Amino acid sequence: MSGFFKSSIGRKVAMALSAFFLMFFLIIHLAVNLTSIFSEDLFNELSHFMGTNPAVQFAMQPVLLFGVVFHFVMGFVLELRNRKAIGVSYAKNNGAANSTWMSRNMIYSGLVILAFLVLHFIDFWIPEINVKYIQGDMSGMHDGEFRYFHELQHKFLSPARVGAYVIAFILLALHLLHGFTSAFQSMGSTAGRKKALQTFGKVYSIIIPLGFIIVAVYHHFNHH
Amino acid sequence: MSVLDSKVPKGPIKDKWTTYKDKIDLVNPANKRNIDVIVVGTGLAGGSAAATLAELGYNVKAFAYQDSPRRAHSIAAQGGINAAKNYMGDGDSTYRLFYDTVKGGDYRSREANVHRLAEVSGNIIDQCVAQGVPFARDYGGLLDNRSFGGVLVSRTFYAKGQTGQQLLLGAYSAMNRQIARGKIQMYNRHEMLDVVVVDGKARGIITRNLITGEIERHSAHAVVIGSGGYGNVYFLSTNAMGSNATAAWKIHKKGAFFANPCYTQIHPTCIPRSGDYQSKLTLMSESLRNDGRIWVPKNIEDAKAIQQGKLKPTDLAEEDRDYYLERRYPAFGNLVPRDVASRAAKERCDAGYGVNATGEAVYLDFAAAIERYGKEQAKIQGIDNPSADKVYDLGQAIVEAKYGNLFQMYEKIVDENPYKTPMMIYPATHYTMGGVWVDYNLMTTVPGLYCIGEANFSDHGANRLGASALMQGLADGYFVLPYTIGDYLSDEIRTGAIPTDTPEFEEAEKAVKSQIDFFMNNNGTKSVDHFHKRLGKVMWDKVGMARNEKGLKEAMAEIKAIREEFWKDVKVPGIANEMNPELEKAGRVADFLELGELFAKDALMREESCGGHFREESVEESGEQKGEAKRNDKDFAFVAAWEFKGEPADAVLHKEELEFKDIELKQRSYK
Amino acid sequence: MSGKGMNLTLKIWRQKDAQSKGKMETYNVTDISEHMSFLEMMDVLNEQLIASGDEPVAFDHDCREGICGMCSLYINGEAHGPDRGITTCQLHMRMFNDGDTIYIEPWRAAAFPVIKDLVVDRTSFERIQQAGGYISVNTSGNTQDANALPISKHAADEAMDAATCIGCGACVATCKNSSAMLFVGAKVSQYALLPQGQVEAADRVKNMVAQMDLEGFGNCTNTGACEIECPKGISLENIARMNRELMKASIK
Repeated sequence: MSGFFKSSIGRKVAMALSAFFLMFFLIIHLAVNLTSIFSEDLFNELSHFMGTNPAVQFAMQPVLLFGVVFHFVMGFVLELRNRKAIGVSYAKNNGAANSTWMSRNMIYSGLVILAFLVLHFIDFWIPEINVKYIQGDMSGMHDGEFRYFHELQHKFLSPARVGAYVIAFILLALHLLHGFTSAFQSMGSTAGRKKALQTFGKVYSIIIPLGFIIVAVYHHFNHH
Repeated sequence: MSVLDSKVPKGPIKDKWTTYKDKIDLVNPANKRNIDVIVVGTGLAGGSAAATLAELGYNVKAFAYQDSPRRAHSIAAQGGINAAKNYMGDGDSTYRLFYDTVKGGDYRSREANVHRLAEVSGNIIDQCVAQGVPFARDYGGLLDNRSFGGVLVSRTFYAKGQTGQQLLLGAYSAMNRQIARGKIQMYNRHEMLDVVVVDGKARGIITRNLITGEIERHSAHAVVIGSGGYGNVYFLSTNAMGSNATAAWKIHKKGAFFANPCYTQIHPTCIPRSGDYQSKLTLMSESLRNDGRIWVPKNIEDAKAIQQGKLKPTDLAEEDRDYYLERRYPAFGNLVPRDVASRAAKERCDAGYGVNATGEAVYLDFAAAIERYGKEQAKIQGIDNPSADKVYDLGQAIVEAKYGNLFQMYEKIVDENPYKTPMMIYPATHYTMGGVWVDYNLMTTVPGLYCIGEANFSDHGANRLGASALMQGLADGYFVLPYTIGDYLSDEIRTGAIPTDTPEFEEAEKAVKSQIDFFMNNNGTKSVDHFHKRLGKVMWDKVGMARNEKGLKEAMAEIKAIREEFWKDVKVPGIANEMNPELEKAGRVADFLELGELFAKDALMREESCGGHFREESVEESGEQKGEAKRNDKDFAFVAAWEFKGEPADAVLHKEELEFKDIELKQRSYK
Repeated sequence: MSGKGMNLTLKIWRQKDAQSKGKMETYNVTDISEHMSFLEMMDVLNEQLIASGDEPVAFDHDCREGICGMCSLYINGEAHGPDRGITTCQLHMRMFNDGDTIYIEPWRAAAFPVIKDLVVDRTSFERIQQAGGYISVNTSGNTQDANALPISKHAADEAMDAATCIGCGACVATCKNSSAMLFVGAKVSQYALLPQGQVEAADRVKNMVAQMDLEGFGNCTNTGACEIECPKGISLENIARMNRELMKASIK
């Protein structure tokens, strides 16, 4: 089995497995974010639970981190290998004749998403780690009330940040538009080539990033 | 007594092969390891022979001019492969396949060889299925068969329209297994340029590495030639561009007799030539004639108008069309054998009734079939009084299901929709029944030198039946040669490795190099193709579908003149020590220029019409068959095996008399 | 013919041999008939080059009827040119217009090094097949009767679809990663779909994939370009099937 993941196909399968995991995570993340539009309290409670529950923090969070890091490291490894496999490039190449822009530019949409993740970590994750594990404040409180919602609104004050988020999520949509069905194909399933799943993939790839964009834009215009 | 000994075993025909195999000398497995065999060509014959010889334990060196054995031209065969399995229960048997093949060959093949071919035909199917060849199957999961080439039983196995490809991939996979084991050393992009004969035995070959230009010596205890036919002597044919006669011709010049070169099959259903730039012709499966009706305009004025593009075929009323095959051959109609259909098309076109701009095409019309199928479908689907459009749509769907890929291919090439307007077809050179003379063991007149598949002359007589070429190639390679070669090699177990530093190798290599040097240094003015096209034109016009004494004599003189000019004025660019396609072509055309002359000489000698060879002087003078081909069994029931004597014109004829003990000789009639 | 031939500018990759560096060169051809095949147009160019004392352009070709898989040109940025479901030899000049500039390049992939001009070395495909692209059965002719093993029509037809691959390498040439998975997937599939292939199925897929990786082909990212450019319409399902087969083989 160890030989399997060293083979080209094994690596593809590993990419697909991590992709499925990340696509599932996106749903959870979006669900939590969306509550911020409807109920400040619910959002705060969920955030606090996620931020302090040991199972989430010490079991799921490392797995997620590993998943993220694995997906992009493997993505780079494969890209480098593939570039080596090409050798000389064509003087004229008409890629649009036979494939989508999304499928040909996964590395670039991926890189934008990676850059976004860095920003995202600086915005949210690193301050969280700082407050909770370095300063040791696990209360989740600031000035007598939950801090999560206010921190969220504060971040989206900046139009530049909101703009960066919007761009990143558009690229995520493009990444998913190829990635969703591609992951099925890599897993050896022909389901990704069936109409129903393709439609579902398209809906998913647009709805999820759009949800994140709505949250960011909503808070930009509706802060108090 | 002829110098030719066919070595056909004694006894009743149905026991010959079995008894012979029982008594043949075998080589001990431990000794096979010490014996090398060279196989030139990796099509169905060469590929299957190389794989089987390696399985048996011989050290095989296989050579192909292509970059992979899988690309040999056997891959292009469409229709199918015959085998006397009688899976359809329609009365087929080994004898019937044997009989049909001998009759189809117009009684000019060697009976014992053909019977053996029919005997092993079933084994071929078993073997190919075991290898994973995906033959067509019916819904019960068993193999499907179809009728082919107008025979009375369904014995043709097929894999869509790509039977040759699938069979070749089967043989190729068997080769790959042996290449991986190290039992076959595969030399891709290598061309054999001469055979080396030591003390009267074939002991090796000289090759050119087509990438580096290096001239190499390869030795072995036996040499097998499976390099295909010589149809490209016509320049335009359905053969691959690289298909050539060099291996076969070089061995002829070193002592192997060349038999019946004039037996060539001109296939009736090819896409016509569209202009002078034409580089090759494309065959469309003969199965089209099952439903298509062949015609030309009845009136010469209409034909002229069509040639000038002023009239469309669909504008011509039914009574202004001449369905000439149905008119001349009411019993067989459009399904007459290939040679008959081809000559009839030529006859109409020569008379001025051809239908494209070149005047060399006839129509193959599916309108009647579409209507017939459409009405049938309407009935099946319970549609009363269907409209003409409805009938057309229903009928077109059936025709598309049967021939869709062929129609699509036609449309890609000609840019006309064959559902709407009749297809244009014209005959083209397709297969050469003649070839290197071999005995029952498939050995040529040079000891240790074998020839298999289309390259030899043995099984098809003067005309080959559809779906029989694949059968013969695989029979030779899988089931005949691997046995018979043991009989010769059993005497070679003490020989030891054959050295290549002997004077014979030296001399052969020198000759090859000097020819290459000549080409590279000859500052001529005309390209190789220039000469090849001129040769092709002479062959087509005078040694083509219909031949006569005057034309053949002219052809011999003209070919000789072209050859002499070629050696003075050919221009080969580039250098010898690298990939040089023009240099490759030059060597091949040099050989075609000799072979073509012998071809005409053979046709001139054979003053009868048989199979693909039609002499205008030898036709029925009267009666119902008036004007049809007339065979002369009294004077010409022999194989013409030619011995090389320096110039093609000086070749010496040796006759192998053909005896038919099991089959009565009859004139073919399709009226 | 009508005589209204096309005039074309050709940009062609010229490279003396494997060791030399190559570059794009420009040529002009005139009065090209729309009924010519692309390779006949190349013949015209070569006759012209020979006549003017230049070296003709080397390109692979043989059957010229779309089945041998020898021809291999990358024309205007697409494997086998702009038409679909055909090889270069079946491409006709009516796909082009008078005055066009046509780029003609060899297959590009590290595993397909250029031999000369437009000719590439595809023996990496050979070695992949040698690693397991066969059923280990000796020639006896009577292993068992061909009809002793019924195979469903569906499986036989699907195996046939996979087996129609002509090994031309357009999939690799087209793939932005130079991946050979369509080719290998087709071969693995043909045998995986047939009962005869089951005995060695696990070893076959492992060995063929290992050899494919060793040859330096890239990894598949499912762009689907190979399937579109494949002259024989080999389906991506074959890659999915190969992935499954390898997973199955690795768990065993």
